[in-house]
Amino acid sequence: MATETLSEIQLEHAEGGMPQLDVTTYPNMIFWLIVALVALYFILTRFALPRIAAVLAERNDAIANDLEEAALYKRRAEEAEASYNAALATAREEAQKIAADTKAQINAELSTLMAKADAEIAAKTAESETRIRDIRDSATRSVEEVALETAQAIVEAFVPKAADSEAVGAAVANRLKG
Amino acid sequence: MAEGGGGFNIHPMEQFLLKPLFGGDEIHWYTPTNATLWLGITVVAVSLLMVFGSRGRALIPSRGQSMAELTYGFVYKMVEDVTGKHGVKYFPYVITLFLFILFANLLGLIPTSFSTTSHIAVTVILALAVFISVTAIGFAKHGAGFLKLFWVSSAPTVALRCVLALIEVISYFVRPISHSVRLAGNIMAGHAVLKVFAGFAGALGLFSVVPILAISTIYALELMVAVVQAYVFAILTCVYLNDALHPGH
Repeated sequence: MATETLSEIQLEHAEGGMPQLDVTTYPNMIFWLIVALVALYFILTRFALPRIAAVLAERNDAIANDLEEAALYKRRAEEAEASYNAALATAREEAQKIAADTKAQINAELSTLMAKADAEIAAKTAESETRIRDIRDSATRSVEEVALETAQAIVEAFVPKAADSEAVGAAVANRLKG
Repeated sequence: MAEGGGGFNIHPMEQFLLKPLFGGDEIHWYTPTNATLWLGITVVAVSLLMVFGSRGRALIPSRGQSMAELTYGFVYKMVEDVTGKHGVKYFPYVITLFLFILFANLLGLIPTSFSTTSHIAVTVILALAVFISVTAIGFAKHGAGFLKLFWVSSAPTVALRCVLALIEVISYFVRPISHSVRLAGNIMAGHAVLKVFAGFAGALGLFSVVPILAISTIYALELMVAVVQAYVFAILTCVYLNDALHPGH
């Protein structure tokens, strides 16, 4: 079967073998090949390659520019942040100063008011004390009077007309002292 | 080309035949052939990608422009990585070769198309162009100093250096052969295999599902080969260029 098949396969060797080895066709192919290669080289070097190279260079430039611009913007943003931070710090400082000033002022006012209040309170206290003392003095005096009158009355009751009012008075005073 | 009655009729090499476009049997050097047509289509396709694609010159690229730019960047980086800063001025040559081979390979995978890069005549010219220009650049840049490329001064003895120099010279002159045969061989072999399986598919009736599946798989592999071979050709060009720019080991 195999040998039969092989014998029936009519390979083209009879027609002169490989067309690649047919020398008579070489000049034709070589001529047209050189024409094609020269044409292709001309087309590529005149039109395609410069254009593509230009586009690629342009794109690289654009990307580099964009990166540069981005770096610039970043730098600006950083500067803005720094100035913002500085402004924030000064503002905070000022706020603290104002707060401290206000506090000091309030303290001063408060202390003067306190002093005034203290003085008023002291004056009132002194006044009250003098009044208390007056009241106590008058009370004491009344007690003396009452004691004297009572003593004279008692003395008169026991010894009518005999009493010496001055002596009674001295005795009462003497007793009150003791 | 007789259609066999019951047997297979497989002509895996027929697809590589050169035919005049406008009739006639004679193929003169100037005759427009199917090779001419597909070389032209390759040039047009590359131009579509690189010129039409980049026409917008947009800062934010469209899809087409993005593809053109990615291709440009890919080849540019390859040239720069392999040959260093001095090699960048040869970038247009490398990208021309790379895009030409890439598109020729890929367009050749369209059914019924003609694979220009499957022809040894085409790849030899491409490889010779690289070989001659690289050698010329080497001598132009370094004069006789370019010959240091063959003189392995890190080898310990003079005798050894002579032997190595012989090997280096041979390997240098083998470069265009391997450079061209690798490309043509890969493309030709893949297309021939596809064609053989297609022939099976035509003859197996219901069982042609198997070769059709195989064709799909091999087609995917061939797509990869098409891209990889273009890349290999371009990167070897860069490597040779680097040798010319920086001879001496």
